[in-house]
Formats: sequence, structure tokens, C-alpha cells
Amino acid sequence: MRGITKSFGSAKANDRIGLTVYSGEIHALLGENGAGKSTLMNMLSGIYRPDSGSIFINGKAAHLTSPKDAIAKGIGMIHQHFKLVDVLTARDNIILGGGSGFFLREKELNEKILRLSDQYGLDVKPAKKVYEMSVGEKQTLEILKVLYRGARILILDEPTAVLTPQEIEKLFAIIRNMKARGCAVIIITHKLGEVMAISDRITVLRRGEAIATVETNRVEIPALIEMMVGRKVDLSIKRVRYEDRKELLRVDGVTVINHEKKTALDGVSFTLHGHEILGVAGVAGSGQKELCETIAGLQEAEKGRIFFENENILGKTPRDIIRLGIRMGFIPEDRLGMGLVGSMDIVQNIILKEYQNQRGFILRRGPSVEKAKQIVDRLEIQTPSIRTPVSRLSGGNIQKVLLGREIDSNPKVLITAYPVRGLDIGASYRIYDLLGEQKGRGVGIIFIGEDLDVLIELCDRILVLSGGKVTGILDAAQASKEEVGFLMAGGAA
Amino acid sequence: MILPFKIAKRDDVPKNKAALILILSIVLALVLSGVVLLFFGLNPIKVFGTIVTGSLGSAMRIQQTLIKAIPLTIASLGILVAFKMKFWNIGGEGQIMMGAFAASWVALNNGDLPSPILLPLMAVAAIVGGGVWALIPALFKARMGTNETIFTLMMNYIAIKFVTYLQYGPWKDPAAKGFPKIPAFSGNAVLPNVFGLHAGWIIMIILVAAVFLFMNYTKKGYEITVVGESLDTARYAGMNVSAIILVAMSISGGLLGLVGMVQASAIEHTLTWGLSSGYGFTAIITTWLARLNAITTLFVCLAFAMLLQGADYIQLALNVPSSVAGIVEGIILFFVLGSDFFLRYRVQWIGLARARAEADGLPLRGGAAE
Repeated sequence: MRGITKSFGSAKANDRIGLTVYSGEIHALLGENGAGKSTLMNMLSGIYRPDSGSIFINGKAAHLTSPKDAIAKGIGMIHQHFKLVDVLTARDNIILGGGSGFFLREKELNEKILRLSDQYGLDVKPAKKVYEMSVGEKQTLEILKVLYRGARILILDEPTAVLTPQEIEKLFAIIRNMKARGCAVIIITHKLGEVMAISDRITVLRRGEAIATVETNRVEIPALIEMMVGRKVDLSIKRVRYEDRKELLRVDGVTVINHEKKTALDGVSFTLHGHEILGVAGVAGSGQKELCETIAGLQEAEKGRIFFENENILGKTPRDIIRLGIRMGFIPEDRLGMGLVGSMDIVQNIILKEYQNQRGFILRRGPSVEKAKQIVDRLEIQTPSIRTPVSRLSGGNIQKVLLGREIDSNPKVLITAYPVRGLDIGASYRIYDLLGEQKGRGVGIIFIGEDLDVLIELCDRILVLSGGKVTGILDAAQASKEEVGFLMAGGAA
Repeated sequence: MILPFKIAKRDDVPKNKAALILILSIVLALVLSGVVLLFFGLNPIKVFGTIVTGSLGSAMRIQQTLIKAIPLTIASLGILVAFKMKFWNIGGEGQIMMGAFAASWVALNNGDLPSPILLPLMAVAAIVGGGVWALIPALFKARMGTNETIFTLMMNYIAIKFVTYLQYGPWKDPAAKGFPKIPAFSGNAVLPNVFGLHAGWIIMIILVAAVFLFMNYTKKGYEITVVGESLDTARYAGMNVSAIILVAMSISGGLLGLVGMVQASAIEHTLTWGLSSGYGFTAIITTWLARLNAITTLFVCLAFAMLLQGADYIQLALNVPSSVAGIVEGIILFFVLGSDFFLRYRVQWIGLARARAEADGLPLRGGAAE
């Protein structure tokens, strides 16, 4: 790829990026959110077209105008969110969109699939339906799907986000196998540990520009971070232990059936103390969302009790629970989906939690204007003014508005889910500091996290969820990643 | 396929530029309407000119225009409250009819009450009638998550057919010699004229201010906006979403019901099945064009009332079907909605030659090779 430029509005997502990937190589594309990794790869896989610049495959210029073009040229992308049809079998998913011939020659296909999976060491059962598969199996199927279509260049977008540490090892084995067979593999990620473990070379992107391409065995993690962020970052989390912890919240045997009629939480019990950060680890979709929502009163539970200062709060309305001092800073994938209103400004978003305590019919903004100013100052939020719609702020600043509002209300319990998702490294550590500050004030914090390293460093205890069950509660100071991973996969049970 | 232009997302457009795009789109709409008129063998300049003179050319015509602006504005305010919540209430027609029905029921049974008592009673009845009609789909939406678009639309036909039934059946005036009409209201049930125009205009102005203040300066208005922007956020903030949907829809339906009362009392002096005259639908267009702002709604509705009155007039003056004006309305809406695209995206003409070159992967400029 040479001189690739792509703009969205006045923002240059990619600015004259050059990237060379050789066969038999695992190439990591590293960068913070918004650095332009996905944009670049979407152009390679034919989803976007570059504004300028050109792509060469095997030395020949290629104009990719659609994903079909890209597939024909041997480029296959495996997206973060799987693109599989749940009710079909593995085989049907593989041939879907392949479109050669009218009749399906089942036996022939089965053989071809099995031959391919043998070659690359993939474990796929052609007749198994997708909805019966684990996340790891689905991913393997995605890989097989692109290989079946003759891909020699594979792009994996954040492939490890939904996997347990054990599944990640399996995936890496597959990737190494592909490398051995002469494929070129590009991995998009922001997890540094994985980059060091798997890749041969690394290209770092920052704000749409290619900063450097380096050989993995000649570089250290701090140097990579500096390249990603553009400056030195202090990556230590202070964890202070407090001894006088008293019980704040006790969750007792809570079972929740979610709106998809699945058991999302199964007899979950734990306690949360003041002066404590309780981490919650688990593969995505293990019941984290339901746990947060149940405590906040947004989700009905089938069974169980939740005591807050010796009062059962299960069955109370969200409004009552807010009054008790339980605050949820729940940050879903689309940060603005729950908690903030994108088209409203900071003041109006702060009113969201204030206005119900106002008496009468009229909405008073005065106090919230003051609060907004304070929050912007204290958390160093970068915004043109407090009247700017929050959707126009950057991810980190949006997060700060949300967190700032919740902290400002003097909570006793604070629930944060993925509070640093999508944030750059500096902003993430600012958020960790803020949480630490709250802990110092005696707040009990539930921290739903993704990055095990951070969970182990930041939290006092780690609760592990697997399929809606608590598979263990560990002392973070003594926990190892392997141990947490083992529990994430379901533990002994 | 190779296209000679590029489309890219753009940042926020400054206000004056946005206004320019909007005006341009209306001008373009008029030009295209002109072409359509030419196609019908009509002189577009003459038609447009006649629409203007027909709506503003004399005191009487201005009065007629205003008489159309009143129900349209009030109906738009009702639609606005629902749309702000992203509740697609296209049942305005039905809510108008049920409001008119309730007001007429009061008027026909209490004709001898003095005006100062009877008129407010009719208004309250109309608000309840329209409100209840809107509350039915709202209840289903809040409880079971039904689709309000289809639901409110279907409720229109029930209401219109119900009034038709009354007109041809139980409420038919025996004194009308078999002619299917409902008896006229007593004089007490007719809105008085104030400065040469029925008092509906006062109601309209008060309501524009009231809805503006309600949406922007009250807690309920704020809640409605939050529910419209993000249901999850509303729930998370501890709002009772179902209750908000019900309140907002009773207000929306109540306002539309009031339109029915105004029309029945001031214009028709009775209940007729054609009373809503499409205001419930036209209000959807005007509300949308006004970008859900109550003050803007007033001005958009005045402009649209000109179009409606002008359409009636060209029918008489030029012997042109009034549907011609309907075509103009439709084209304007189409262009204004389409202009949204140009507010969000920048279209850049690059010419065919360059487009081809780029598609062939030749670096033209800025191609700093590796």
C-alpha cells in the first residue's frame, strides 16, 4: 500500500500511509483508537476506497472497488463482530456468497473443507450449526471461511477481544500455522502483550499517520507506547489498601433471565465494601451488563436479593436506587447509548441526574451550569464550551463528562463498565486515578473490565463471571492472569 | 462503476451556510415544480403568481389564508410534541376527528349554555377526545412495544368512518330532508370573531408560546426530549419511560383534538366527516420542515397556508386542479429533506478523467511512496 489517504470530513483518517507486508509474515498494526487502523484495513479489503494512493498485490496495482474484488485478489478480512448466519451449519456459512454452480455437491464440499482444516490445523465440524458454537469455534470458522475462498492475505481485526487467554493461545497457534504455509497475516490490535508474542514486524499508526515499522524482536513495549501516544506515559497504577472496610452492598443469589430469554445471571452472590474496587472479569457477554443493570434497577431479577446498607433494593425503581446513592456509570459499546444524550450539551447532560430533585414544574439550569464548569475544570475536559453537544467531544472527554457527573453526586456505590474503552492510554490512566480517588473517599466501586493486566493492577478483588455464574473471587494482589483466564473459561466446573 | 464526483462526510455546517442550502433547496423545488407545471401545459410563472395573489391579494384572501394557518399550526404543535419523542404520530387526522366529535357532542347537547361556559367545555371535551385517541396507541407502545406508525394511521380510518357513520346515521339532522348532515351548532357554540378573524388565532398564538416554553423550560419537556434521543439513557436516569410516553401522547393528541374543536366550532358550525381536511397529514410536513421548533412551526405553517389557500384560488381563477399545489408541496418537502444529505456530506466534482485515473491506482498527487 502506498501513499494511502482517506478523509472523513475535515479529519484525515489516513494520511499518506505506506505499508508493506510479505508472505509468511505476521504483521501487527498497532495504534490507539482512532489512529486509522481499521480505516486502512477497510481499504485493503475493498470496503472503502482511498481518496488517493494505491494498493499493489504481488507487485501488481490493484483497484479494489468492493469486498468481492478483494476476495478475488486473495484478501480476506475477519471482522471483530462475526459475520455468520446463526441458523446455518458451518458448511453453509462457508459456501455462502461463494456462488459457483447451482447445485451444492455436499460430499465434495465436506471433503474440501476437511482438507483445508487439516492443512491449517483448524478444528471445524462442517455440520455443526453456528448457534451451537463457542466464540472460539466461530472465529475458527470465520478464518476457514476466508481460507476457503482462497485468501492468502488475512486481516484480523481485534481478534482476541472476545477470547479467553486459553482460546487466544489456540488462535495464535492457527496464525503461526498460516504463516508457515506462506500466508501474510495482518493483526489489528492495541494489546501490546499480544503484539510482542505473535508478530514479526509492527507498524505503529498515530492520528492517521504511519509512525514507524519495526521488527518485533528489536523493540520494547515502552518504546512502542511512546510511538503510539507520541510522548512518554507513566504506566503505574497506585493501589492503596484500606483496612477499615465495611460492607456496602451484598448481592445474594441473583438470577436474571434477560430479554433474549437466556439465563444471564445464575445465582450470583458477592459483597462489595467501602474503600474497595471490585473488578469483574469475564469474556464479553458473560452477564456483566445484566449485573450492572440489575443493581441499578433497570433489569428485573427472577430470584435473589441485593442488600444496600441492610435494605433489599431488588425490585426498587431506578429513581429510588439513585436516591440511595448508587450510581452507575455504565458505558456500553456505543458510549453515548446509555448515560448521555449526544445531541445535548454538557449542562443539559448534567441536569439529567439533577432535575428530579428539583421541585415544581420548571426546569432550572443555573446550578447545573456551575456544576458543568466545575467538572470541566476538575477533570480537564477538552471542550470548546459547556454548551457544546457532547457527541462532538472526543471519546475520552465524553467518558470524563459521564464519570464527572456521577462522581459529583457523591455516590456511595459506583458501577463502571468498560470506563476506558476507546480511550487513549493517557486518558485511561487519568480515569484509573479518578477511580482510585473515589475509593479513597470510601466509595465502593464495581469495575467491569476487559484488560486483565489492568484489573489485576487496579482492583482489590476480582470477581470472575463465566456464563452468568461466579466462578471465583480472587485477591487481585495474588491473582495471576492464567488463574483468571482459567476461571473465565468456566473453571473447574 | 466510475463516477465523476466524490462524496465525503463533512463536519458541522455553519448556520448561515445551512440556511443557504435550505433556501437553495426550496428554490430548486420551485424550479422543478415549474417544469412539472410546464409539462401540464401551464405557465408556471402565472401559476405561482396566482398562488401568491390568491393567498395575499386582498383582505378577504388573507383572512382565508389565516383561517387555514390556524388549524395547521395547532396540529403541527401536537405533532411536534410526539415527534420530539420520536413517536411517529401520523394519526393526527383521527385525533382531530375525535376532538371534533367530543366537542360537537357537548355543543349539540348543551346548545343553550352561554358561550363563556360552553366554549371552554367544548375545548376540554376536544382535548380529552383527541388525547384518548392518541393514548390508545401510546398505551400499546408503552406496554407492548407495538409500532406506533401503523397503529396511529389505522386509528385515523376508524375515527373518520365513525364520524361518517354518525353523520349518515344516528346524528343525521331530521330537518335536513334526508340530506346527510348533522344539525348546526347553536350560536353559543361558535367561536366569536376577534379583529375580523375567529378567535382560534388567539388560541394558536398562546399555544405556540406554551409549547415552546413547555419543550424548552420544563422538566417534562426535558424528559420527552431525552426519551426521544435515547431510551436507554432515559431509563438509566431513572425516568419512568412509559409514563412519559403516555403524558406526551395525551398532550399531542389533546392539541390535535383542539384543532377539531376549532374547525367544528368556527368553520363548519357542526361535525362533518371531511372536517380534518388533511391538516393532520400536512402538519407532519410542516413540523418536519420547522425542525421541531415551535416558533419556526408558526412561520412554516403560515407559508404552507398560503400554498393551501393559493391552491384553492388557482382552481377557481385558472381552472387548474388544486392537486397541482399538492405536487408543489410534495416537491418542496422532497427537496428540503434531500438537502439534509448536503448538510451531512460534501460532494466534490473531480471529473471523469481523474476518477478513472484514481481507479486505476495511479498516484496523482500526495502519493509519497514508501
